[in-house]
Amino acid sequence: MLSIIVFLPLAGALVVLLLRQDSHIRAWAALVTIADLALAIVAFVMFKTGDYGKEGNMEMVERYADWIPALDIQYHVGVDGLSMPLVLLTALLGMCAVFASWKGAIFQEVGRVKEYFMWLLLLQTAVMGVFVSLDLILFFIFWELELLPMYFLISIWGSGRKQYSAMKFLVFTFLGSAFMFVGILALYFSVGTFSIVELPAAVEGAKLLIPAVSIFSLLFIAFAVKLPVWPVHTWLPDAHTDAPTAVSVMLAGVLLKMGGYGMIRIAVGIFPGTAQEYAWLLATIAVISILYGAVVTIRQTDLKRLIAFSSISHMGYVLLGISSVVGVSGAVSPVGLTGAAMQMFTHGTITGLLFLLVGMVYDKAHTRHIPDMSGLANRMPLTALVFVIAGLASLGLPGTSGFVSELLVFLGTFQVWAWMTALAVLAIVVTAGYILWTLQRVFFGPQVQRFADIKDASFVEAVPMAALVIAIMVVGIYPAIFTDVFQLGLEPIVESLQLSGAP
Amino acid sequence: MTLHDVYLLSPELSLASIGLVIILLDLVIERKGVLAALAVAGLAVPLAFSIALFGDLSGEPNEQMTGIFGTLVVDKFALFFKFLVIGVLALVIMSSVDYVSRMRHYQGEYYGLMVFSAGGMMLLAATTELISIYIALELTALPLAALAAFLRDSRSSEAGVKFLLLSAMSSAVLLYGLVLTFGFTGTTHLPEIFERLGSSMDPDASFGSPALFLGVILIVAGFGFKISSVPFQMWVPDVYEGSPTPITAYLSVASKAAGFAVILRVFYLAFGEISVDWGVLFAALSALSMTVGNLVAIAQSNIKRMLAYSTIAQAGYLMVGLAAIAARVPEGETPIGPSSILFYLGAYAVTNLAAFFAIIAISSRTGSDLISSFAGMGRRAPILALILAFSLISLTGIPPTAGFMGKLYLFSAAVKSDLVWLVVVGVVNSVLSAYYYVKVIRTMYMERPESEERVTTAYVPQVALYVSAIGILALGIFPGPLIDFAETAAAVLFL
Repeated sequence: MLSIIVFLPLAGALVVLLLRQDSHIRAWAALVTIADLALAIVAFVMFKTGDYGKEGNMEMVERYADWIPALDIQYHVGVDGLSMPLVLLTALLGMCAVFASWKGAIFQEVGRVKEYFMWLLLLQTAVMGVFVSLDLILFFIFWELELLPMYFLISIWGSGRKQYSAMKFLVFTFLGSAFMFVGILALYFSVGTFSIVELPAAVEGAKLLIPAVSIFSLLFIAFAVKLPVWPVHTWLPDAHTDAPTAVSVMLAGVLLKMGGYGMIRIAVGIFPGTAQEYAWLLATIAVISILYGAVVTIRQTDLKRLIAFSSISHMGYVLLGISSVVGVSGAVSPVGLTGAAMQMFTHGTITGLLFLLVGMVYDKAHTRHIPDMSGLANRMPLTALVFVIAGLASLGLPGTSGFVSELLVFLGTFQVWAWMTALAVLAIVVTAGYILWTLQRVFFGPQVQRFADIKDASFVEAVPMAALVIAIMVVGIYPAIFTDVFQLGLEPIVESLQLSGAP
Repeated sequence: MTLHDVYLLSPELSLASIGLVIILLDLVIERKGVLAALAVAGLAVPLAFSIALFGDLSGEPNEQMTGIFGTLVVDKFALFFKFLVIGVLALVIMSSVDYVSRMRHYQGEYYGLMVFSAGGMMLLAATTELISIYIALELTALPLAALAAFLRDSRSSEAGVKFLLLSAMSSAVLLYGLVLTFGFTGTTHLPEIFERLGSSMDPDASFGSPALFLGVILIVAGFGFKISSVPFQMWVPDVYEGSPTPITAYLSVASKAAGFAVILRVFYLAFGEISVDWGVLFAALSALSMTVGNLVAIAQSNIKRMLAYSTIAQAGYLMVGLAAIAARVPEGETPIGPSSILFYLGAYAVTNLAAFFAIIAISSRTGSDLISSFAGMGRRAPILALILAFSLISLTGIPPTAGFMGKLYLFSAAVKSDLVWLVVVGVVNSVLSAYYYVKVIRTMYMERPESEERVTTAYVPQVALYVSAIGILALGIFPGPLIDFAETAAAVLFL
């Protein structure tokens, strides 16, 4: 089942090779991603919350142990509560990305529709593979596989300084993963397994080749680049600004989550003690990211760049939530960690939606320069409405998913890092400021003659918008469907944290 | 020489006969395409002999058959390189068909010299005696010097002369080293050197003794030339740029593989006792080669020169495996340094060949080796561009390619030998190399072409191209069988 979910987009990409007409390719890509989403939903429903015990709490495990016996590398996939929602998120945003590229202006300039959809589908396979891999080398292979589609998607169909941005993205991520590679090898030769399920127990008390801190930091750097956190965030605004809409949606929606997922599952999961020891550092970086991201966002005049910088701020919450691990050993509940996982999901839907909307506005208004825009709500009421919903969710209005995850993060961290959390909460005010200010400048205010002929979202454009709005509202009103699942997945990590933190 | 000796030498002997037959037939055959077909078909003979020898061996993992007064060894290690050289030779000949057809003269000699050189390479991997090593080395190098000058224009002649002179110089250096070793131990047989070293060396001095120290340094310098390691790499860019491109491909893959084969033999079989000392030496050379090769490659505008520097860097990666010596591996575990070199050589062979074959096909139509002339190839030659891009990705070491698995295995060996610092240097270098490899891909896919004319390829070179491209993917996804073969082959070194 999992392998089908992961490799269906890849198979779809190969079929795209045979198709000739652009409209067929588009329809086929949509069909593939919808089917994949349907499968992911089925898997999510089938995911039995509470069936524990064998295979390290993983479900739907598929294991082919003899893949590369000489190096002890297995094909081993499975999901638990932590990865299942992220697989669902990837399928959801993958579908949105295809719809977002339906009539994209990008093809008028460059064409090459076939290649575009092939890369997009391959990207989906790679990201899903990252979330379900239970073997570190398999994880790494999928992690690297995602580089090339992204590079091509940005550098061929992007805008502005697309070559520069794509190369910057590639070099940053590749450098990060190079460190991760060293960390993985050091781990393997210390304890003799690549299995993500077995590693936490194996590492405990084992004599490591290089100090645990070094392995932890090698892994952490790779994930920090991806998340991204200050000071390794600089590739993100460039990549986002110059990427085509659908790619921005995927980048913000799921690619950044690979970083957060890796931090929780691998860095913290395998080295709970080290994570607790250096939690102060993680918290500091997180707060800097949150505040820096928020403050810089206000200064942006490019609508897309604005959302990109807000992502840095929002992904800082993920790291902040993770930094609460230090308190888990004591009386503190692991709610901060749940919040971090939750923030990944909600940020995926909210920012995915925001990028979708920005792309649509740009397609119609042909500008992303905020001072040039005004009163768009008159001509595109539906778009404006959805933008308001997404914006409010982004600033954490109760009733939306953004509120839930931020609340959980703050609840978890306040007990550990009271002052730092207080500082981070300041960013919420700033966020409210830039979101509302942007809404006011772009959609409200006097109508401009230049935008008199703009049309609202068409049906095809409304499909992904509707899907994401539903996701945001459902989670906002009934967060338990995801928080329970996440908590379940985090349980083993929490247990090991409690053990390692106990005096 | 007994009949059994002839049998043991049969792959090399049959190869030499093929070379002679081709040169003779060149005199009478008008359609030169037949010569290439004959050469490739003829390779079935040494291949069959190698398979037969392999069949005779399959028993103990480190079983050996020795002949000609103990100078010739047939074991899985030697056979690994026989198969590798035959495979590479067949592919390079196929890719040359179109390229060579434009030469008016000496097509027979072109194929013939290539086959002779291959014989030398096979022999190089199959001998454990210093004098035979030297002879095999010369047999490898001299035909290559002639081939480098084959285009007979100023650049090609320069390449030939440069290769010949520097090759001669490095051989002289190597000979000095061999002589010193002989003087210290009184024998030219590698296993005997090992035994006598054990009794006569001073365990406290580095390298056992000052004489041996000098000897090993000179041997490393001599071999360093063959495998294009820094600081013995100065010939590489000019020779690679000037030589006919198929010969460049051949040089970069086969002659390098043979160089590593002989290094492994000499250092593991003869100098095993002082491996801690030369391990450090190779670690330093490895770090240097990777860094210098990659940094200089970034600045290149000619694709053959760029790949020349990339080869230097690749030699650096391979030397990571040399630095990962057995002595540093924890007690009771099998060292994988040598087998990782063998696997990487196989992975590197398909990768580099695919890259060069695509370049041959494209450059011979556009008439230029400049990277800028590859602009828009994504549209003008979709399949060639795709394969070139794929091979460059493999050279960078991004999955799912042979290059990634090769690096994974090599760096694993290094970590196992406690050389984490060298692995860090290696992966940072991979990132450096991504910059220039991806730049070529970018040129092919994102820049506007000078003309829209399609680039077509002849049928036979296409087959070579596809075979190597499929090899990249196959080794990238199912490296298991080749790793197993490499491990059994390398087991000979730990007798």
